[in-house]
Amino acid sequence: MTDTADRVDDTTLDHVVIRFAGDSGDGMQLTGDRFTSVSAAIGNDLATLPEFPAEIRAPQGTLAGVSAFQVHISDHDIHTPGDAPDVLVAMNPAALRSELSRLRSGGTVILNDDTFDERNLEKAGYESDPRSDGTLDGYVVHRVNMTKLTLDATADLEVKKRDAERSKNFFALGLVSWMYTRPLEPTLEWIEAKFGKLPMVAGANTAALKAGHAFGETAEMFGSPFKVAAAPQKPGEYTNITGNVATAWGMIAAGQLAKLPVFLGSYPITPASDILHELSRHKNFGVRTLQAEDEIAGVGAALGASFGGSLAFTTTSGPGVALKGETIGLAVSMELPLVIIDVQRGGPSTGLPTKTEASDLMMALYGRHGEAPLPVVAASTPADCFLAAIEASRLAVKYRTPVILLTDGYLANGSEPWLLPDVETLPDISASFATEANGTDADGNPIFLPYKRDETTLARPWAIPGTPGLEHRLGGLEKQDGTGNVNYDPANHGRMTELREAKINGITNDIPAVELDGPGDAPILIVGWGSTRGSITSAIERLRNDGVQVDHAHLMHLHPFPANLGQVLAGRQHVFVPELNRGQLVKVLRAEYLVDAKPINKVMGVPFTGAELIEAIREGISQ
Amino acid sequence: MTDVQLDPTKRGYWTSDQEVRWCPGCGDYGILAAVQFLHAELDVKREDTVFVSGIGCAARFPYYMSTYGMHTIHGRSPAIATGLAVSRPDLNIWVVGGDGDMLSIGGNHLIHALRRNVNLTILLFNNQIYGLTKGQYSPTSEVGKVTKSTPMGSIDRPFNPISLALGAGATFVARTHDLDRKHMTEVFRRAHEHKGASLVEIYQNCNVFNDGAYDSITKRDVRDEMMIDLVHGEPVLFGAERQRGVVMRDGRAEIVEIADVDESELLVHDQADAQSVASMALSMLASDNYTPTPFGIFRSVDAPEYSEAVNQQILLANDRQGPGDLKDLLRSGATWTVS
Repeated sequence: MTDTADRVDDTTLDHVVIRFAGDSGDGMQLTGDRFTSVSAAIGNDLATLPEFPAEIRAPQGTLAGVSAFQVHISDHDIHTPGDAPDVLVAMNPAALRSELSRLRSGGTVILNDDTFDERNLEKAGYESDPRSDGTLDGYVVHRVNMTKLTLDATADLEVKKRDAERSKNFFALGLVSWMYTRPLEPTLEWIEAKFGKLPMVAGANTAALKAGHAFGETAEMFGSPFKVAAAPQKPGEYTNITGNVATAWGMIAAGQLAKLPVFLGSYPITPASDILHELSRHKNFGVRTLQAEDEIAGVGAALGASFGGSLAFTTTSGPGVALKGETIGLAVSMELPLVIIDVQRGGPSTGLPTKTEASDLMMALYGRHGEAPLPVVAASTPADCFLAAIEASRLAVKYRTPVILLTDGYLANGSEPWLLPDVETLPDISASFATEANGTDADGNPIFLPYKRDETTLARPWAIPGTPGLEHRLGGLEKQDGTGNVNYDPANHGRMTELREAKINGITNDIPAVELDGPGDAPILIVGWGSTRGSITSAIERLRNDGVQVDHAHLMHLHPFPANLGQVLAGRQHVFVPELNRGQLVKVLRAEYLVDAKPINKVMGVPFTGAELIEAIREGISQ
Repeated sequence: MTDVQLDPTKRGYWTSDQEVRWCPGCGDYGILAAVQFLHAELDVKREDTVFVSGIGCAARFPYYMSTYGMHTIHGRSPAIATGLAVSRPDLNIWVVGGDGDMLSIGGNHLIHALRRNVNLTILLFNNQIYGLTKGQYSPTSEVGKVTKSTPMGSIDRPFNPISLALGAGATFVARTHDLDRKHMTEVFRRAHEHKGASLVEIYQNCNVFNDGAYDSITKRDVRDEMMIDLVHGEPVLFGAERQRGVVMRDGRAEIVEIADVDESELLVHDQADAQSVASMALSMLASDNYTPTPFGIFRSVDAPEYSEAVNQQILLANDRQGPGDLKDLLRSGATWTVS
């Protein structure tokens, strides 16, 4: 398998990678999203990579304002949005300049020719016209007057010129839909549903979409349309889902499975806000969402709700986790369930808010004062966020502990087809509240001991206000073992520290063993976590085709680790740990297991390409 | 267990088994007693009552109540209590903290709890000093205050907690002091009965680091001339002979001798008017501890309570969308079937 679009025959491709790029205001995310939805519905496997600037509207026509959406569609199982696009749709010179280098050699460029005037060329930093100066040599170039054709198509609609021009993204979508044999009907229905109340807008978008499609058919520029057949998929019902929506649905599902009301305390932050938005649409599940005054209040409100008996969440990104650290430590001390969801982005500081990175692992594991261990769980694909949210909730409820769930910007905004799970087979994660005394005082009277632990899990009882006889006070001061009363005794502090640690370490017996993709005894082991799953899977498929023996372990549980991880790591010639950071998991593996694991790192705000991983692994083996 | 611990109408029922560890002579003892005595009179259950605090001397309060309690982290108690109140509107929730906790590190959470009108009774113990960290100036300390961190005198202008709360749109704002249990109890009762967020500033003496800060106002021998008792619907009068009063002139509250003005000029206190500039003017009447100072309820107005509104939206969503069904949720986007 190569990375370019392979022709099955003259008009059938086994996969193709298309990148839509334009100005932030050009509607490229919407265009990509519609193309994706239609492709999902006709049964392609797919993966997407939306990339947009942090600025809402950077100066028009500039490189800073370029927004892009890459979609990989295929007739077989794929794992990444594709290394290099086969097709680049560039709506203006800035988009061409910013994105052309990604295109595979010999790839197809479709330009909106109307935008290539002197002013836009200058804004994009072109000193000469790339259409004629040799820049595009070696590519298949289609120059299309998208703006003019859109205006012509909407001329009869009495839409203002400026408004009509905005529909040019639908023209582009129509054209590319024709090129790859995508039906228009689902998008026409979508336009009607979305803009039905604004008939002028609906009319212009509809006209532009049809005009783009008709242009492809009649312009004789494009040859025959290509087909990408449906991928063989497991039977069942599918939907296309992004990581943030999957996370929100996982939170709702966890509430149902735990039989607890869901509470979310959150403060808007890129790229996590969509979880708050999605959850806020589903109050009919009894979900309470609070947009707090700041990150600290978001997690604080969640902890308060947890004390009251809710399944409580806070959603954020790296900067927010930094602010929430003290409250998370309080939750460790109070031993209350709480799920902190960190949709990681480029750092440090404000960093790259809209770009992906996986550099918060150390903060999740160790980023609190004092000895404050807690479970850390990571999702590995957009759809996996659903099960990861349930798993984080299960651990929080069962062990009365804060749990950090790590996703990232790529998972959050990326999407994939998801075989819908049978709701009946999801785990029961319910916990019962304490309702009666669990000890006696010196006089033999029944009393409630809030820190008397379950012998198996070491979890303490969860007694919520409203329960008579179990009134108790929790705090951040060290507590006496059992009674929970404030206590400064040295031996007690040592014991409580060890008990809190033992409780979390014991979770290793309550999580699945590492499953290996591969023969199981290959000389090379790749250990991954988080959103690198797709890139790693795609890279090792190609390595195996070349005869390289590789095993792949992908960790969902980053603390504690699965019980068999030490065995899995042992006896390998090479252990590689690819991460979108400067080497965080690899440090922990080396420290915990004394294994000579080697890092493969990338910190550029974008996922690994398969080719990059293959090169790094080959280089590592040769040393 | 003794009998008083079984009788909700006795103070002992509301007292925990933990030894109180405030300094002997601290004003906090009087406040604790007032809150416990009040609960012995209220028709609330111990198991439905929660005290939430942050960090500071005052914040140890929950340990001494026999109710549910959370002793949390510095400044965050209004936020933590907000989450509890929103998810459990059935509870009787009190928030306790000092001037450093509530107005410095937690100032943001306090104003947002007030403007949201979350159903919380917030007790602000104002002793104009940091006690637990042993005597630094606080956001309510007067300019010029000499402390360990301000050896040449504080140059910070202080907050006026009442003005701050009124400005934040609080629906219930009152002031009392730790030497008058009867006054405290009545103000706390009204604060508890108020639906929404209520803020009670308590002038509280720190006898170790700021002893006698309020002597010039609250000592028995000066009270008549220095404390102005606000009574809703009545002219604002004070003095041993009720010979002085307050009038509004050019938008400011001013103290006058009654003999010098016409009775109709006297300010009649209206706590129920949310738009009233007079409440704000009264809160700014005394800018130091040497000017007659108003006590009682500055504002008590009706406004929608936050957790009720949250829960109304849940009911509305149920009416509009029907009860949530997980199977339907997963199929709420475009789906396709592979056979």
